[in-house]
Amino acid sequence: MEIKAAGLGKSYGEKRVFRDIGFGLKDGQSLAIIGPNGSGKTTLIKILCGLIRPSEGILNYYGNGMKIKPDDIFAHIGLVGPYLELYEELTAWENVRFFMRMRNLENISDQVNELFEFFKLSGRETDPVKTYSSGMRQRLKYIAALLHNPAILFLDEPTANLDIQGIERVYQVMEEQKRNKILIIATNDHDDLKFGDEQIAVGT
Amino acid sequence: MQLARKAWYIFDKDIRQEYKTRYSVNAILLFAVVTLVAVSFSIGTFGASPDIKSALLWIVLFFSAMSGLAHIFVREEEKHTADTLKLLASPTSIFLGKFIFNLVLFVVLQLIIVPLFFAVMDFSVNGVSTFLIILILGSIGLSAGATIIAAIISKASAKGALFTVLAFPILLPVIVAGISGTKIAVNESNIMAAASEIQMLFAYSVVIITGSVLLFDFVWKD
Repeated sequence: MEIKAAGLGKSYGEKRVFRDIGFGLKDGQSLAIIGPNGSGKTTLIKILCGLIRPSEGILNYYGNGMKIKPDDIFAHIGLVGPYLELYEELTAWENVRFFMRMRNLENISDQVNELFEFFKLSGRETDPVKTYSSGMRQRLKYIAALLHNPAILFLDEPTANLDIQGIERVYQVMEEQKRNKILIIATNDHDDLKFGDEQIAVGT
Repeated sequence: MQLARKAWYIFDKDIRQEYKTRYSVNAILLFAVVTLVAVSFSIGTFGASPDIKSALLWIVLFFSAMSGLAHIFVREEEKHTADTLKLLASPTSIFLGKFIFNLVLFVVLQLIIVPLFFAVMDFSVNGVSTFLIILILGSIGLSAGATIIAAIISKASAKGALFTVLAFPILLPVIVAGISGTKIAVNESNIMAAASEIQMLFAYSVVIITGSVLLFDFVWKD
């Protein structure tokens, strides 16, 4: 996989959030997006994921040297962010099954069980998400984001709400991801920054 | 095939959510029953012509739909799950899944509301098949229109008021054709007597569904 971004900018009416953001990443590379609160880190992550359109600039994804259509990119990415909530009326398992179905994943119950085990949520699969603490919800978001083994993993505030044990798990995931796939994180946490081979500053 | 399957999964997810919260069912059913009771008390004293009763039936159906069908997208925005859905499915499959949910919900509730209306208002029709076709096509039009309007207003702050205000002009052709078709069904058993109303409702449904599928990408993103 490969991402190429050039001259990305976003404005809401007269208000410009950021402009002229450009970078290129290939498998085995990682990027940390940094910047003060309100600088547009989350907006940039959402643009890169295809959730919102940029006001200007070019963003392309390539797989095996071929350009990937914008609507097809969702199959290749995983995203964890504070604005990306799960369905709290449903159980953890119902949420995960919805993700599996929507991503055409079948016969992966072993991997799912391993992920629940890895993120220490085994035994709580049938509980409604509304009974989960914020840290448990964050762990469940990771399970949902990693189900399809994404080629590009976007993490917005990757360690938010997590305890020490949860943070260690997330660091393992980040280390694994950047080894042979693409990792993009948006953070202000100095400990998280070590996972970004490159850094770009937004709103400075 | 992929599109239909994903639309089905979204429908299934929404049904599970609705089963656990019963928000839309309760809103629509309570509104319909309260309106029916209020109308039957006020009309019951002097009686009303079948024409007026036909209009009242569609008014009850329209405002009942307004009270609950917007929830399908408002819930996604308020619970911050809209972005999750955007990541998982194409806009077309999202619209179709939500439309099917609204249609099924509305039709199921009509199975309660319409017989109740017939009983309470002492209403009857000669053309049962004509009435059923008008009701089904009207439900498709109302549900499709309500679904796309719900998506438009879901990001606004005054969602409830905006939904009804926006929906009324867009859904007016359904209400007018529904009332007219029901009036014909009261007196005529021949289905061809309501041919123009049936054509109107069918054409409206096709146009609103096609238009919604084409425009939903712009409504849903950004």
